[in-house]
Amino acid sequence: MTAAPAETGLKGSSERGRLARARLLRGLLPAMSLVLVLLAIAWLNPRAISYFGFSLMLNLAIPIALATIAQMFVIAGNELDLSIGTFVGFVGCVTATWLKDAPLVGALILLGSICVYALLGALIYLRNLPSIVVTLGMSFAWQGLAILILPKPGGKAPDWLLSLMAFKPPFIPFPIIAALLIAAVVHFGLMRTSYGVILRGSGGNAAALSRAGWSLLKTKVVLFALAGLFGVLSGMALIGITTSADANIGNGYTLLAIAGVILGGGEFVGGRVSPIGAVIGALTLALAASPLLTFMHIPPDWQVAANGAILIIVLAARVLISRRER
Amino acid sequence: MPEAGTEIIRLDGAEKHFGAANIDIIRLDGAEKHFGAVRALAGVDFHVGAGECVGLVGHNGAGKSTLMHMVAGTLMPDSGRIAVRGHVEDNYSVPRAQQLGIRCVFQELSLCPNLSVAENTRINHTTLRGFGWRRKAADLIAAKLDEIFPGHSISASDIASDLSIGRRQMVEVARAFTVTQDPLELVILDEPTSSLDAHTAGQLLGFVRRFVAGGKSCILISHVLGEVLGNADRIVVMRDGNVVASDAAKAFDRDRLVTTMGGAEAREKIAAKIATQKPETGPLRVRARPARQEDGNELVAHAGEIIGLAGLAGHGQTDLLLAIFAAAARAKTGIEVTAPVALVAGDRQSDGIFPQWSIAQNIGIRSLKRLRNGLLISPQREAELATFWQRKIGIRTPDMNNNIFSLSGGNQQKVLFARALGSDAEIVLMDDPMRGVDIGTKLEVYDLLREEAGRGRTFLWYTTETEELDNCHNVYVFKNGRIVANLTRDELTEEKIIQSSFGDAA
Repeated sequence: MTAAPAETGLKGSSERGRLARARLLRGLLPAMSLVLVLLAIAWLNPRAISYFGFSLMLNLAIPIALATIAQMFVIAGNELDLSIGTFVGFVGCVTATWLKDAPLVGALILLGSICVYALLGALIYLRNLPSIVVTLGMSFAWQGLAILILPKPGGKAPDWLLSLMAFKPPFIPFPIIAALLIAAVVHFGLMRTSYGVILRGSGGNAAALSRAGWSLLKTKVVLFALAGLFGVLSGMALIGITTSADANIGNGYTLLAIAGVILGGGEFVGGRVSPIGAVIGALTLALAASPLLTFMHIPPDWQVAANGAILIIVLAARVLISRRER
Repeated sequence: MPEAGTEIIRLDGAEKHFGAANIDIIRLDGAEKHFGAVRALAGVDFHVGAGECVGLVGHNGAGKSTLMHMVAGTLMPDSGRIAVRGHVEDNYSVPRAQQLGIRCVFQELSLCPNLSVAENTRINHTTLRGFGWRRKAADLIAAKLDEIFPGHSISASDIASDLSIGRRQMVEVARAFTVTQDPLELVILDEPTSSLDAHTAGQLLGFVRRFVAGGKSCILISHVLGEVLGNADRIVVMRDGNVVASDAAKAFDRDRLVTTMGGAEAREKIAAKIATQKPETGPLRVRARPARQEDGNELVAHAGEIIGLAGLAGHGQTDLLLAIFAAAARAKTGIEVTAPVALVAGDRQSDGIFPQWSIAQNIGIRSLKRLRNGLLISPQREAELATFWQRKIGIRTPDMNNNIFSLSGGNQQKVLFARALGSDAEIVLMDDPMRGVDIGTKLEVYDLLREEAGRGRTFLWYTTETEELDNCHNVYVFKNGRIVANLTRDELTEEKIIQSSFGDAA
């Protein structure tokens, strides 16, 4: 005990002040990268900054944001979900076929798929399996099911879903309202409620949690079930926008969702996630993905590569800033 | 232990001794626990009365932590009985212990680093929920921190990972004393002051005295013997999974405590044998200064010497061994190594063994250069090396090509020794390699080490078992990452080592 120097209260609080500022900076980072992308778009094409422009540019941001939130729940428990993209695709196929033709069956299938997610959480916890392996396997299962349901692109979204996604509120474009709503609801649920603390704690120090008498099985199941729920919402939102489905429609979402969580200030381990950040991260990626590149006159052949380059730059900036913190 | 004998009241079946029920918060009878082949607790009787502060002392691995895990409900005894307030608990568990008012501050920090102080408080209280729980949790922990550590300057909204280790420990201690719905009867404090400075440690111990004076109970585990002597009402001493003494604190003084912990009976030493073998000082093999060393102390080893590294577990011995190992490959300031080095890992499952490989392959891996024939490993030379060491060190197996896991734990450890001794290494670093090894194997390996040292090999031997130090020519005692004492063969006594490693410098 002689090793610990007696630190004065003043020194301790200034040290913590510095850490708090660094945390604030990191918290603002997602918002700053979004602003940066918006500025670039405004500079390249000022007309895009309008009600109509935003509605168009952020059209696909809602499903991406929902998929990112789904991934965030999994990451909050120190796991990773490599199947969320094909799961979104599977949900999309169910939405465009069963949910329209036989709503009850469709709803049951979707509910069942959420249960499958919950069971995966239980399996991963009980057998102590690496989630990457389990979800990688499941990604093929979802993809296969999607192809069985819809061997070739087609189907049609239910009318109520189409009219919901086509909703045009006054003044503020619908995608922005939806993003705010998603962020607020999830933030409240995960960051403010008393059980949200337990869910995040399971990623922070699982041993401490089980010593305090909490069930880690339950936290894992709840986190995976929430991931399944938001995956379903994402798939439905996506079909509401595209109006018809394709078995491969969600494949890109897996990596977009992981990137969105990390871009939004989350970390792969330690239960450090931010729902608001994740939504902002998803918006940034949605904007950086195609509108920005189109305005930059990058030919479609190169857009995917340019997209990857943007991801690397933005994530590298995040790592650099959080490293300065230490 | 005159008092302990009279205090033991057995609880038979459902029968309750009401006299005892009023006195004892918790009582364990014949608690036994095995981890694989290791016996952590050998039928321990232990009890804590109301309004009593029990000090619990003993070496690393004496079974203190295992016993406390049972009291807290995190571990179940293999056999034996737990009774709380005279009532036998058949399904004892953490939630049950909490209902009964038994809490524990574990040695490892158990805050969630990503949560705030208030949120961490919420984890221990299921009733902190619903509207306004954040305010309630914050008020609860802030009030308790104020009570125990006046002037602490910790805010309930601070994130745990932002706090210094001392402050985290303060939060953890304060959290254990917060009360919502469940009662609070007994708090186990496992090394509560290890990260606190003298001032806050004093605040905490003062609070513990007030807490106990209020009729509550406390178990205090500490390596700072002065703390235990000064604050406990009764002291329980554990050794090798047994309670060896239990007496009023007044009946102990420092020396008696140290003697009881270390084993009073003088062990016959191999000292004479070693003393005669004490080599002429050979050429220098290792000169190393721990990274945190501030004074001029350094570890020096010559050819043919067996050097012991002692002190409490995790006080920098392994770090120094690893630093020496690294310095052999790449020059490092403060460390001089003049010969090839091999390391015998302590945690053989994770750091030592290649699980998919045969016994012969596991031995040969450190000597691949010698086993090579052109670009390939010669199976013949590998087999020769393996057979040589099988005979020499006595690895009990019908076939050295069997998988390594076909061997018992002790024989697996022999394989690791054969790997190091069969190599060209003149310096062998041993990171507490005898953990969980039976005495027969140990004696065989000791003989081999002395023989090899006689041939000029140098051994640096970190061990948590004090008896093993009898095999060493020279012992360095570590504390907080520093060398605090250098004892020669003649000065070496168990008391000396304990005195140095426990030294209440504060």
